[in-house]
Amino acid sequence: MGRQRVKFTFDGDLVKEPIIYMLGRDFHLVTNIRRADVGDALGWVVLEVDGEKEEIERGLQWVSSTGVRVDPISGDVLQG
Amino acid sequence: MAFVSGLRCRECSREYPGEALNVCDFCFGPLEVVYDYATISEVVSRDRIAAGPLSIWRYHDLLPASGEDPVDIMAGFTPLLKARNLGERLGLKNLYIKNDSVNPSFSFKDRVVSVAATKAREFGFETIACASTGNLACSVAAHAARAGLRSVVFIPSDLERGKVIGAAVYGPTMVAVEGTYDEVNRLCSEVGDNYPWAFVNINMRPYYAEGSKTLGYEVAEQLGWRIPDHVVIPSASGAMFTKIWKGFNELACLGLLDGVDSMTFGPDQNTVHHPAITTKMHMAQAEGCSPIVNAWTEGQTQVRPVRPDSIAKSLAIGNPADGIYALRVIKESDGSAYAVPEPEVVEGIKLLAETEGIFTETAGGVTVSALKYLAESGAIGADELTVAYITGNGLKTQEAVEGVVDPLFIRPTMGSFEEALEGRAAKVSS
Repeated sequence: MGRQRVKFTFDGDLVKEPIIYMLGRDFHLVTNIRRADVGDALGWVVLEVDGEKEEIERGLQWVSSTGVRVDPISGDVLQG
Repeated sequence: MAFVSGLRCRECSREYPGEALNVCDFCFGPLEVVYDYATISEVVSRDRIAAGPLSIWRYHDLLPASGEDPVDIMAGFTPLLKARNLGERLGLKNLYIKNDSVNPSFSFKDRVVSVAATKAREFGFETIACASTGNLACSVAAHAARAGLRSVVFIPSDLERGKVIGAAVYGPTMVAVEGTYDEVNRLCSEVGDNYPWAFVNINMRPYYAEGSKTLGYEVAEQLGWRIPDHVVIPSASGAMFTKIWKGFNELACLGLLDGVDSMTFGPDQNTVHHPAITTKMHMAQAEGCSPIVNAWTEGQTQVRPVRPDSIAKSLAIGNPADGIYALRVIKESDGSAYAVPEPEVVEGIKLLAETEGIFTETAGGVTVSALKYLAESGAIGADELTVAYITGNGLKTQEAVEGVVDPLFIRPTMGSFEEALEGRAAKVSS
């Protein structure tokens, strides 16, 4: 089993998509939202994802493929 | 000793002990250092600071690590130069350059890494680490060498040779990661969560970031315990920007500024604003990676991440951790944010070099070009006291200004020399 803390950023119409629900349904992941701010044109959700490591990997790749941005919760750590 | 009470979540205010933590377990918000300002106010004074070393550690009472045996390669106390020539060019009579390009590893990162390395050693870590495209890697490796710690430095596999050598010379374990910018970020974040290392900008981040406050302290001290009317600061994660503001406000609240009465800190120490702090905070980013400026321009309170595509690689953070806090500082200080067009970055480097004899890297080019814009647009008045922060050395990004090399090729005779000189003079006058 694995666990990851991630931040999803939704832009434009993606705000209306049930991405987190589908992550649970299709990848058998338990999602636990800790903080969020969702507006008309931009939204973000900080959450913890629990499940099989491979499924977390596949699930987050699928989220990225929808156009939702997936980032570590600490922001970018690769610095100049 | 350090006057630290613990850590506090910036979002939900939950408190934690002063350990190697960076994220709130409850809301995943960032943790910040909580200081015992009551005790600090009893011991700190201008004389005590002046009696300290000529490095950031002269301000050790205001830093989250003990100043008794710091990991110190003499970061900080860099020159604050009156920029008469550049000022004349821009129509500013009271312009100063804070030249942080002359730090030991040639960037402001030495300030933050010195604090993080000291804290890491205090916590008993044997390894310090980072993920970097340049300045941070150099600084972490250099401080580790000084401290006798092992260092692990993650770099993108396609990083320019010059930058790799600048870090490798200090003897770190260097890991070159093949992958996109996002993939490198994700991997390093995962490594940071899983290895018992002091990752300076992950689990050491609350302490690390505090080192940037010294950029505010020093400018105030060097100006005779006054604050500027305007500062122009290059930004990547936004952390340095917010910490310079915090530094000014701490000095005011502790009664260390000229003619300013002390004031008690409120429960949220990170948002304290002393009414005497009227400095306008101007943020500079390059257009190819300007998520915070974009948010400011669009009137957003959230920052939309971007994929960096900028010549100013030391500022290329697409998802800035402190972006929303930096936006609040811009607003609170009545400042501004400007995205410098990419071609103007090099123009800024050249302008500073030709007027003040300071060779800065691309981030400095961003600062100078933003300063030029602010002066030309009237946002900064001719007589206002202005400080522009130059945070890195030009020797690190020489490829950005390769076009300046245009020597006169001559034969070894006076005739050839004079002919060439006349030719150049004619070319310049035409």
